[in-house]
Amino acid sequence: MVQDDKRITIITGHYGSGKTEFAVNYAMKLKQISPKVTLGDLDIVNVYFRSRERKKELEEKGIHVISSSIEGDSVDIPAVAAIVSPVRDKSTRYIVDLGGNDVGTMVLGRLKPLLNAAETDFFMVVNVNRPDTSSPEGIVEEMKSLEDASGLRVTGLINNTNLIRETTAENIAMGDKILKEASQLSGVPIKYTTYVEEVVKDAEKLPDDLGGELFPLKFYMRKDWM
Amino acid sequence: MAKVLMKGNEAIGKAAIEAGCKFFFGYPITPQSELPEYLSDELPKVGGTFVQAESELAAINMVYGAAAAGARVLTSSSSPGLALKQEGIGYITNADLPAVVVNMMRGGPGLGTIQPGQADYHMCVKGGSNGDYHNIVLAPASVQEAVDMVMDAFDLADFYRTPVMILSDGLIGQMMEPVEFNYSPKKDLPSKDAWALKGKGNGEKHMIVNLNMDAEDCENHNIALQKKYDVIEKDEQAWEEYCMDDAEYAFVSYGTASRIVKSSVDTLRAAGHKVGLIRPKTLYPFPVNAFQRPNIKKYLDVEMSMGQMADDVKLACNDKNKVVFYGRTGGIILTPEEVVEFGKSVMGGDK
Repeated sequence: MVQDDKRITIITGHYGSGKTEFAVNYAMKLKQISPKVTLGDLDIVNVYFRSRERKKELEEKGIHVISSSIEGDSVDIPAVAAIVSPVRDKSTRYIVDLGGNDVGTMVLGRLKPLLNAAETDFFMVVNVNRPDTSSPEGIVEEMKSLEDASGLRVTGLINNTNLIRETTAENIAMGDKILKEASQLSGVPIKYTTYVEEVVKDAEKLPDDLGGELFPLKFYMRKDWM
Repeated sequence: MAKVLMKGNEAIGKAAIEAGCKFFFGYPITPQSELPEYLSDELPKVGGTFVQAESELAAINMVYGAAAAGARVLTSSSSPGLALKQEGIGYITNADLPAVVVNMMRGGPGLGTIQPGQADYHMCVKGGSNGDYHNIVLAPASVQEAVDMVMDAFDLADFYRTPVMILSDGLIGQMMEPVEFNYSPKKDLPSKDAWALKGKGNGEKHMIVNLNMDAEDCENHNIALQKKYDVIEKDEQAWEEYCMDDAEYAFVSYGTASRIVKSSVDTLRAAGHKVGLIRPKTLYPFPVNAFQRPNIKKYLDVEMSMGQMADDVKLACNDKNKVVFYGRTGGIILTPEEVVEFGKSVMGGDK
């Protein structure tokens, strides 16, 4: 489970793969067992649906949120704040939510010289219903582009296959099949398979041999009417 | 075709390609920039042309040129960018040319904010350029509907030889939803050979003109345009009704705001209120046929603006005293709770 992951969890993935929803859920779960959790919203790509939108809820739970040093929802510039100190502070679990694609990993340039592979996970979130990561080859190509841009090796895959409110167990199983092939091609293990509890009504039909551990999600980023 | 998960802006780009659009000219602006970004990758793959112009003015005039040559052509922008495009939209309209224009609205006026808004209703529905004209304006409330409407927009534009606008907002542009793409023309579309500038060869001379040398000619042209609008107003009204069968009160709302209102209708219905929703899908022509309901006590107009569509609701129901308005603006997204409170303030408390 999350307690077995490394101290620093960097969450990357293709644009629109669901990184932020996973990162916020991961932080909430981690806070239940870890006294000190920091979530760094280093998304310099998107302007809507960033984890900083949930800053209030996260901070109420005791999670420290780092985002842009310039406050304001309308800030449309790639400014990030003091992102280094949680790397040095060995007592904090640090979750880094990056923007999408290779461009989103650029911000890691600041952190990379300080990162130690022994204490850093680099998770790639994948939704096979996104057109560019719908095949094992597409996933591996995207992984390579993320690794080339960041200079880090992906250490785990997250199967986040979903169609928002239309997600079914069958859909998740289809994603599992494709991710397992991508895992074989790349040698990177599947760490978690996610599903939103309120949406996947037929969760009992999920296969027993899904890759990685099952990771139930709640919608934090998506309001009821979305 | 299996559903895929796409961001609204990307999905609109794909819908345009599926509908046979081969040309895009635009200039980036948040929150619609993923649309030109997507098409810059995808249009060349289908033999199309993408140009990031030096400005919105340049872009809309490139659209004018491509439309004159008979192409299916798209441009997109967001509020202040659309304001810059108004002159060209007027010229294209005056020249009876088909084109599709997407507006992913954000907070205004002026440069405003990058958050979603609906305050360009007047500019886009009433016409932000000069002269007596209308453009067909379609208002999607989901990514799937945006896809379907973009496809319809190209057909409507070609059928009526007029610009068609997709009036949406940053939220629809930025949100991910499952979509599928099934394009088949819904209208019998006339050939463009009779007027398009494709090179004279041995054929007739074609001209696309904007300047009238004679006032009488100009008036006659306006009368011809008006006849076209009469047909559009008769044939193209579209709307959705939700919980309207026994309704005594009706919310009126479009686009993103209507999604929030819909969830408030559910809450109010559960509390015993006989209330429904009329959701215009066409803003021009405004669906006046949906408002011939003498039994409705009040129309509750809800927008993410300071109240712009409300005027059309007053005209459509022919009783300005029946229309009450609630809205948020500047990039603030309404909450279902405040819409419920507004409903109760009009209809009385819990039943």
